[in-house]
Amino acid sequence: MSGRPILSFMGASRAFRSGETMVQALDNVTLQVAAGELVAVMGPSGSGKSTLLAIGGGLDTPTSGRVEVEGIALGGLSPAALARLRRDRIGYVFQDFNLVSGLTAAENVALPRELAGAPVRTARREALAALAEVGLPGEADRFPDQLSGGQQQRVAVARALIGERRLLLADEPTGALDSATGQSILDLLRSRVDAGAAGVLVTHEARFASWADRIVFLRDGRLVDTTGGRDRPEELLVS
Amino acid sequence: MSVRFGLLSLFAEGPKYGYQLRIEFEARTRGTWPVNVGQVYTTLERLERDALVAAAGTNADGRTMYAITDAGRAALDEWFRTPVAGTDRPRNELAIKLLMAATTSGVDVTEVVQRQRTESMRLMRDYNTLRRAADEDDDVAGVLLLDSLVFALEGEVRWLDHVEAVVLRRGGRLTTPPRAGRAVRPAAQRAAERSAQ
Repeated sequence: MSGRPILSFMGASRAFRSGETMVQALDNVTLQVAAGELVAVMGPSGSGKSTLLAIGGGLDTPTSGRVEVEGIALGGLSPAALARLRRDRIGYVFQDFNLVSGLTAAENVALPRELAGAPVRTARREALAALAEVGLPGEADRFPDQLSGGQQQRVAVARALIGERRLLLADEPTGALDSATGQSILDLLRSRVDAGAAGVLVTHEARFASWADRIVFLRDGRLVDTTGGRDRPEELLVS
Repeated sequence: MSVRFGLLSLFAEGPKYGYQLRIEFEARTRGTWPVNVGQVYTTLERLERDALVAAAGTNADGRTMYAITDAGRAALDEWFRTPVAGTDRPRNELAIKLLMAATTSGVDVTEVVQRQRTESMRLMRDYNTLRRAADEDDDVAGVLLLDSLVFALEGEVRWLDHVEAVVLRRGGRLTTPPRAGRAVRPAAQRAAERSAQ
């Protein structure tokens, strides 16, 4: 399960100024996420979960410490190079899907490839393959408002993992979905990670966090706990 | 609930012999509820005594077979239609432990909560791993059993989050312990007494 590290936080901290005082949103966090590994991040609101995800995705910068994506230190990149790395290597999934309403499912998925300079036909072919992988082969030419919430989130997962992207950052991806649909999205994230991606899942729902290989718990910006699994879970059911 | 109705429900599919009941019961409950042979035969005798099952000849190996009676089907139907009452459930050791921790001086309740949450999450994660395997095997009963364990733990973790939030809001302690010999009256009762004054 643990392949090469895709995302590494090394003593990453992030402080914000709030009036006269500094607020430590993230405090010396060290964490690695490997290819084929899904890590869930839990913690009360304000504990630093979203800051951690933003820093891991290059949307925010640590005030100290280091963040690497596939061995590339984000801190050393120019804004243009960082934007390119985000586009080519990192996929985001949000609670509210964030699909472009005027584009079809296939066009939404193809968008990051087209922005990266792929020919339109190539991008469409890749998008159709990605949609088939998330179980939506027949919905390619539908618009977001013609899809259910669960289908829209599948499109978002397809978009997040198109091309060479190996890092999937999901911020409460089940928040807008009913329980069974949420479970099917976790099933999908899990299978994409099992196929070789690295995933970070921010969630406040313990049941969805339990799909992860590791569950880390943040409080006041600090990583206070890490929960792995036992080697032989089947022993649990034998009393 | 007793093993009684669990075993009786196995007869809905057709006649069975004693040892077969044990194997099928443990298989259906995925080993979460082990029963010994003595318990199975005692229960079977009582089911027969109460006319819920009746002997139905022998099988090819010469074992006595039992089949469910009309009265047995009615009793089983009644059992399925009767909801489990709150009083049927065991006392919650975790709730008691947390209440004691919150009202005993010198105990770091948030640490107790965090340790428990870690254990509950680990267990939930392991159940989920088993659930995914059961799902791949198309084992619906296994999936539902594991779902039940996962949902129960989810409730536990939500409650732990709640306990932590309440304790933090009160600066580390829930209440002072109630004085000995004085029962704590429910809030609804106190409100009723106040409005009666």
